[in-house]
Amino acid sequence: MTTTVANPGLPDGTAPLNRAWPSEGLTRVPYWVFEAADVHAAEQQRVFEGPSWSYLCLEAELPNAGDYRTTFVGKLPVIVVRDRAGEINAFENRCAHRGALIALDNSGSAKSFSCVYHAWSYDLKGNLTGVAFKNGVRGEGGMPASFCMADHGPRKLRVETVGGLVFATLAPEAPPLREYLGEEIVACIERVLAGRTPVVLGRFTQSLPNNWKLYVENVKDSYHASILHTFFTTFGLNRLGMRGGLIIDKSGGHHVSFSAIDRSVENTAEYKSEKLRSEKESYRLADPTLLQGFEEFPDGVTLQILSVFPGFVLQQIQNVIAVRQILPREVDRTDLNWTYLGFAEDTPEQRAIRHKQSNLVGPAGYVSMEDGCVGGFVQRGIAGAADERAVLEMGGASTESQESRTTEASVRGFWKAYRTAMGL
Amino acid sequence: MNDAFAQIAALNARYARCIDDGALADWPSFFAEDCLYKVTTAENYKDSLEAGIIYADSRAMLVDRVSALAEANIYERHAYRHILGSPFIVEDGDGVARAETSFLVVRIMRDGTTDLFASGRYVDVVRFGADGPVLAERVVVCDSSRIDTLLALPL
Repeated sequence: MTTTVANPGLPDGTAPLNRAWPSEGLTRVPYWVFEAADVHAAEQQRVFEGPSWSYLCLEAELPNAGDYRTTFVGKLPVIVVRDRAGEINAFENRCAHRGALIALDNSGSAKSFSCVYHAWSYDLKGNLTGVAFKNGVRGEGGMPASFCMADHGPRKLRVETVGGLVFATLAPEAPPLREYLGEEIVACIERVLAGRTPVVLGRFTQSLPNNWKLYVENVKDSYHASILHTFFTTFGLNRLGMRGGLIIDKSGGHHVSFSAIDRSVENTAEYKSEKLRSEKESYRLADPTLLQGFEEFPDGVTLQILSVFPGFVLQQIQNVIAVRQILPREVDRTDLNWTYLGFAEDTPEQRAIRHKQSNLVGPAGYVSMEDGCVGGFVQRGIAGAADERAVLEMGGASTESQESRTTEASVRGFWKAYRTAMGL
Repeated sequence: MNDAFAQIAALNARYARCIDDGALADWPSFFAEDCLYKVTTAENYKDSLEAGIIYADSRAMLVDRVSALAEANIYERHAYRHILGSPFIVEDGDGVARAETSFLVVRIMRDGTTDLFASGRYVDVVRFGADGPVLAERVVVCDSSRIDTLLALPL
């Protein structure tokens, strides 16, 4: 059942994808969405260059004028740089002349940028400021008199920040960043990052053998956590008396999953006796200092996974703070860029705790290594099954915020935002 | 050939054989009780960024990692083959030596796929005691900042 779908939300002239979403709606996900080249190509234009905001870097990574990093919006190479006025600018890492990369390093400091191919040069705002041999050599050659540098340049992105996170968009029609995120998501970002100075503790790239959306689904899937990740259960580390919930914004695209110590339960006699028993009977780590954290947040939240559509994650797992940038590489290859964070205000003891607890996360993380391979299990499992579909009925069909995390509501939320962006 | 060189080369050979033969339970015994074992990247190492993909500041934490791999974590069956270079002795002091050793690690998946998984160097502090040499520090500095899929078995 393939029909041509009109794309009412897309700009005029956008070619329709010759594909139809299953009639059941958000409770079904067709597997072609993870496999098809036409879908993959359309995502760059409609999702990443559409009216969404993509994470680029941290403000703290650009402390001084001229500091830059190179990164991506989807597959689009981007330079993000602080200029002499202190503003952060972002523009395509693509020379306006013949398309070569302008900057070749992951990061650095520059007064200006110059393309290695023909030395076309750019200021820190991405304006073309020089063309080698523009007036020719000894009066011969050179650009025509009609050539105007102001008419040429890499595309510039709009940049806004929240909580020290730098986001950018290519779409003039995208709402302001805070409006895009909504108040609840902004508050959850700021509770982790605001009022202190982030420090990068390390950067790692995990190369995932699957479509980028399979990783996004995994991040948003609060149903799988206690089933796939057995580290806490196996070692008897689950805390009793936790409360939790899911926040899903109205677009569906952003979410927060959290759990917190329930103080009202923790003070009861039943809890105290249970807690003692569970610790004695099953606490089996040879070095229990792994989980001896410090109280960083007065709200008792010990886990907060926050995602921003399309490909950003901010995580607080106990005292491990990290951002993850999800970048598509090919239909079935994804780069997951981890940046582990501490804060300038950390004591040496707190910093040591962050390093130890970082064993929980990342490519070798006790509670995250499975997320690196499970997307590949799906990618391989669905080979040859493009017209079959996944079932997302846990917790019904809604995409609402709720206290239960035994639900796929936030996964459905992602598909809601994705279908809007893609016109599917 | 000095003694530190020979002892560290022998230690490395036993270390690689231990992991590659799947005798992971014995892996922590190569380390001192108050050791540091860290897996990081050349870029982080150069920039003095301290976080690790694996970060253990005690032998007991290595014991926990082995237990977690055996009992808790889920990953597809695979094995490594370590190819180690000769140790370069940076400093040979009083009962302690600092050494660097290059490694290549090939990963063999259950379907037979065989890939170069990691290259890099061990940056070690080796302590020589009555029971032979032990690793007081092994910082595994991977040349690439990219890890394919996941890092389960230790490097």
